[in-house]
Amino acid sequence: MKISAIKDLLEADVVCNEEGLNRHVYSACGSDMMSDVLAFVKDQAVLLTGLVNSQVIRTAEMMDMNCIVFVRSKVPTAEMIELAKDSGIVLLTTTKRMYEACGILFSNGLVSNRVKDA
Amino acid sequence: MPDVLNFHFEVDGDDFKSAGHASFICKKNLRQLGISPEIIRRVSIAMYEGEINMVIHARGGSADVNVYEDCIEIILADKGPGIKNIKQAMQEGYSTATDNIRSLGFGAGMGLPNMKRYTDYMDIKSTVGEGTTITMKVNFE
Ligand SMILES: Nc1ncnc2c1ncn2[C@@H]1O[C@H](COP(=O)(O)OP(=O)(O)OP(=O)(O)O)[C@@H](O)[C@H]1O
Ligand SMILES: [Mg+2]
Repeated sequence: MKISAIKDLLEADVVCNEEGLNRHVYSACGSDMMSDVLAFVKDQAVLLTGLVNSQVIRTAEMMDMNCIVFVRSKVPTAEMIELAKDSGIVLLTTTKRMYEACGILFSNGLVSNRVKDA
Repeated sequence: MPDVLNFHFEVDGDDFKSAGHASFICKKNLRQLGISPEIIRRVSIAMYEGEINMVIHARGGSADVNVYEDCIEIILADKGPGIKNIKQAMQEGYSTATDNIRSLGFGAGMGLPNMKRYTDYMDIKSTVGEGTTITMKVNFE
């Protein structure tokens, strides 16, 4: 799924890195606990979260994720936006709640996938 | 095993916001060496979890990343409170994190298990009251 399709489905606003909207993501992960996110490895994934601090951007960066969606109208700080710009991560914000946002993406074909224990 | 490259970082224990900075810089450095993205990701995640642990549980510490011919070694050392029961700490879901830390997105009790999962070797040496040293290795294969 293209990041632009995520933006449309979630009626989201683009916070930064608009030029990345053409990129594709193949899986998604929704959580407010960063170590839960870090337990999940999948290439080119999108992170949905209600957490707002620099560690959200760093977590996505460590995972090579290229899009973060902030749910419940959460707005990233200037510092977070700087970090995201540095890493080329597209930041979106939606008024939808976590459950609804995940449900919309899931039912439109964006699956989740947790890697099996090695 | 000849030492090819070493990256050393001091991790500030007073600033949660900057936690993860060492892992971020390290990841950039590794990328410049042309190491495969998959290996870099595994090293980065393991180091990041360890770095966050040093900040939230041990008031900071140091990180050394050694790039050898056949593997990357990560050594995280702190002078924090130490871990009393390592076996228990390694269990998924076990955490002593406070509600404050949880509200910052950490304290799921997944960090140490993640570090183990993403690396080929992991050793924890810890003495209560003295500190903790964690050594991890990711093989190039
Ligand atoms: N460097 C350390 N010094 C002292 N105690 C530690 C250290 N690292 C981990 N611990 C202890 O081990 C427990 C488990 O660590 P782990 O990283 O698995 O979970 P967590 O940090 O509590 O939560 P999460 O990693 O999911 O955010 C911690 O709650 C803490 O009690
Ligand atoms: Mg942890």
